Amino acid sequence: MCTVCGCGTGEEAVHTHDHGHAHDHSHAHEGHAGTGYRPVAGGALHFGLGPAGAHVGGMSQQRLVQVERDILGKNNGYAERNRQRLAGHEVFALNLVSSPGSGKTTLLTHTIERMKGELPIAVIEGDQQTSFDADRIRATGVPAIQINTGKGCHLDAHMVGHALEQLPPLDRGLLLIENVGNLVCPAAFDLGEAHKVAILSVTEGEDKPLKYPDMFHAASLMILNKIDLLPYVRFDVEKCIDYARRVNPDIEVILLSAQSGEGMEQWLAWIRREWQAQQRTVSAPEREPA
Amino acid sequence: MHEMSLAQGVLDILRDTARKQGFSRVKTVWLEIGALAGVDPEAIRFCFDAVTRDTLADGAGLDIIPIPGQAWCMQCSQAVTIAARMEPCPVCGGYRLQVTGGEEMRVKELQVE
Repeated sequence: MCTVCGCGTGEEAVHTHDHGHAHDHSHAHEGHAGTGYRPVAGGALHFGLGPAGAHVGGMSQQRLVQVERDILGKNNGYAERNRQRLAGHEVFALNLVSSPGSGKTTLLTHTIERMKGELPIAVIEGDQQTSFDADRIRATGVPAIQINTGKGCHLDAHMVGHALEQLPPLDRGLLLIENVGNLVCPAAFDLGEAHKVAILSVTEGEDKPLKYPDMFHAASLMILNKIDLLPYVRFDVEKCIDYARRVNPDIEVILLSAQSGEGMEQWLAWIRREWQAQQRTVSAPEREPA
Repeated sequence: MHEMSLAQGVLDILRDTARKQGFSRVKTVWLEIGALAGVDPEAIRFCFDAVTRDTLADGAGLDIIPIPGQAWCMQCSQAVTIAARMEPCPVCGGYRLQVTGGEEMRVKELQVE
């Protein structure tokens, strides 16, 4: 089993959602069966539902502790730190997410070739193993840090924070984060980016936005890549866009082929537009009179 | 997805709270998991048991409080309940839904000693 995401084999495979018994877990709350509290509607705990309609305190050393903490709070804290650090240098960061093989790295190298004369660029590459992708990026002449997640299935904000420490300063530039190829887990992890960009190639199914709704919901932009292959594959572009908008009514869509260059200008224009929009938001408070 | 990371996140919160509140055993953990949080409660259970082995929460009960998915339908201008992200509005059948609740994953409360 994957030690990070829990997806995989073994017991997990047996533990599907199709098994017959319901999970009402009446065994829960060991240690106070019948006399204590019970969660009621709204997530509250009711202490007056025991046989005597009362709860006697001080009879045991057990106690309740209110926690109310987000499970992803730690990651979100690191992400906020990354975001502030990037904003301090006026860096525009994108988190590129997709399945393996959608053409992310090729899209990145072609994007860098076209934009590197315009603004400083750096790349953080996430893969389970190897530095093949970072090597391909460095061949374009821009700095790249490879993060190997080992068994991990996604980048988290803590890893990205360390990668930022390794990168040379990037003032008023573009940071491209290529996440681990995986349409599931990276959806939940904020890295401190301005936007998630989901890349889907036309050699995959057009129904992926419905199969992996969390990712397409989290993304601001969907890139349909490899459109030069459309004449050879059965891929319904309109249906795909319709599916994506079902899970995210506001998602923008760009059709392109990194290989042939078709649609690349539209993608670069999107980056410039969003980068400028971020600069305006960041600098707006500074313009306000003190 | 990534339930092992999340279970580890729960354990981090338990350890942190134990330090601050001065307890050494966790007997029960109440988690709020939204229907649209993208996690599988069964996988969380499996991973929770695995990561808490030989820790302050070894053998602790895990009680998952489901939070329904809530959305605002822009077509019929009302709040609706949905079970999954790609579901249409149960009233008008449209897909212009703005999710307003059911994405949470929180440690709500602990029973400790």
